[in-house]
Amino acid sequence: MQLSRDDLKRAYTAMFTIRAFEERVEKEFADGTIPGFAHVYLGQEASGVGVCFDLTDDDWIGSTHRGHGHCIAKGCEIEGMFLEIMGREGGICGGKGGSMHIADMDKGMLGANAIVGGSPPLAVGAALTQKLRGTDRVAVAFSGDGASNQGTTLEAMNMAVILKVPMIFVFENNGYGEFTASDYSVGAASLADRAAAFGMPAQTVDGADFFAVHAAMRDALEHARSGRGPYTLETRCSRFLGHFVGDPQKYRGPEELAEARANDPISRFRDRVGEAALLDMAELDEIESAVRARVDAAAAAAREAPMPSLATLETDVYVKY
Amino acid sequence: MARISYRKAINQALEQEMARDPNVILMGIDVGGGSGGSGDVGSVGGVMGVTKGLYPRFGPDRVIDTPISESAIIGAAAGAAVTGMRPVAELMFVDFLGVCLDQIYNQAAKFRYMFGGKARTPLVIRTMGGAGMRAGAQHSQMLHPILTMIPGLKVVMPSSPYDAKGLLIRAIRDDDPVVFLESKALYDMKGEVPEEAYEIPFGEANWLREGPDATIVAFGAMVPRAMQAADALAKDGVRVTVLDPRTTSPLDEDAILESVEDTGRLIVVDESPPRCSLAADVAALAASRAFGALKAPVGMVTCPHTPVPFAPNLEDAYMPSVERIVAAVQATL
Repeated sequence: MQLSRDDLKRAYTAMFTIRAFEERVEKEFADGTIPGFAHVYLGQEASGVGVCFDLTDDDWIGSTHRGHGHCIAKGCEIEGMFLEIMGREGGICGGKGGSMHIADMDKGMLGANAIVGGSPPLAVGAALTQKLRGTDRVAVAFSGDGASNQGTTLEAMNMAVILKVPMIFVFENNGYGEFTASDYSVGAASLADRAAAFGMPAQTVDGADFFAVHAAMRDALEHARSGRGPYTLETRCSRFLGHFVGDPQKYRGPEELAEARANDPISRFRDRVGEAALLDMAELDEIESAVRARVDAAAAAAREAPMPSLATLETDVYVKY
Repeated sequence: MARISYRKAINQALEQEMARDPNVILMGIDVGGGSGGSGDVGSVGGVMGVTKGLYPRFGPDRVIDTPISESAIIGAAAGAAVTGMRPVAELMFVDFLGVCLDQIYNQAAKFRYMFGGKARTPLVIRTMGGAGMRAGAQHSQMLHPILTMIPGLKVVMPSSPYDAKGLLIRAIRDDDPVVFLESKALYDMKGEVPEEAYEIPFGEANWLREGPDATIVAFGAMVPRAMQAADALAKDGVRVTVLDPRTTSPLDEDAILESVEDTGRLIVVDESPPRCSLAADVAALAASRAFGALKAPVGMVTCPHTPVPFAPNLEDAYMPSVERIVAAVQATL
């Protein structure tokens, strides 16, 4: 299905927002304005945006510790995200979540998750709600190659199949679980093969190609929404940076690092729409300028924002206790 | 009023709440029972028969048989809860907490706080625990101390059929995640239970008996033992107060402190190894907030710091007995 010019602009805006946001996170982390850990999504933009492109606020996603890109792809506001990641008042989660636990229930974002393999069982439940209520919404569990080896993930895959829930397992295989290569840690030729063993259809796609991810996701959505149960996508991605910001990545050779950078989903998108004359490069440049300005303003505002009130330390533990 | 079993009281609470609210669903291993087999599906109703009759009435979409995948059961129930359902997930034995704890303490219990107060997770985890069935070390524990220390969770320990029904109805209507920890030694206990639905609030202790000489605080299956001990002591003219907090989180600290102020003597009976137990917790409460009222050291009647043994004589010795409770009270006098 052909994407309209507005669709293409929307996709590029989301992808470039992730790019600019994460580059700014890298800088802010170096400046010491982001407490704790930061895992950035640079290099994987096409995967998150391709998967979330046709989802609405009423569809659910469960994410990972590398979740900023999923938030943006699902429509979370970057202003609230910067506040949250810096631990400031007004953050999406009031400064109680942080980078690894950022969530936005209003946007169907069921949380980044600092437990590898934490999200898939939860997404089964979110999908079960849709099935029981007879909606045409779905739940997506983003996982990495690392989580593909967790028992929770494997339990969730089987459970989703036998309950026939409208769910899509998205494995963003970026080649590494922390510092260990998936070539070493995953004992299957592909994660799609593994999904097939659970009895669900699956595709492996080039995760740096927005159009490939989006097309595969349309197949997955069509399957899930027609009551045929879950679907798996493996998106093969490149992680530009290390596991966390500041990881020197000595476990990756220089050639591999250069190749990862060369396989850039942003430039590939530009090349593709340019070659097909779908959009002018000037239009894309305009998007980039506007996004950069918004990101810079959001980060600057967050730096100046107050810390959360100490009165919030003990609130929000229970609805009522 | 009808006299029914603890098992039946739980079943009745589930049935009435499912009839009242279509968002209430059950999921777990064999909660219906027999799915995919060649005989009667739903003929079992859980390994202890607690959910029997619910599958035939409510069907497979609301009484969901699951694979033996505790993380996926609890996680899916948490995910369904936070997106609008009111699942009652069954963790068959609380001993299986080890294969799903992440989904409880890192996920369901923390959603509301991590998400800045924007999530509601009306999840009930029904599970059973306790010794006395000669089931050995991996089917006999009471792991309420582990659960009680988790912020974001509520923990219920019903000690009678009446409490089981009223507390479970409260749990299902509650908007926070609740672990409902049934004592399997009590499933056949009978008591008077109203036919209609009713709620028992959390965090309000049940004053089962009032006496001026000492306060016994007991949890779950230890409550009937504490009452037997109170009867035995009464024959010697010792009149004790017996308090059942009903929920370990929230804990009715006020009731415990009020009673200790009155009696000056506290004995806590807890089916748990002693370290970091509810016995230790309640003793610390009294020591830190009612020290001046205490006339004797706090008595802690617990299990030893061992796994639950198998041989019947060893298991009996492991459990807090009526005799040990009586002796602990007498030691404070």
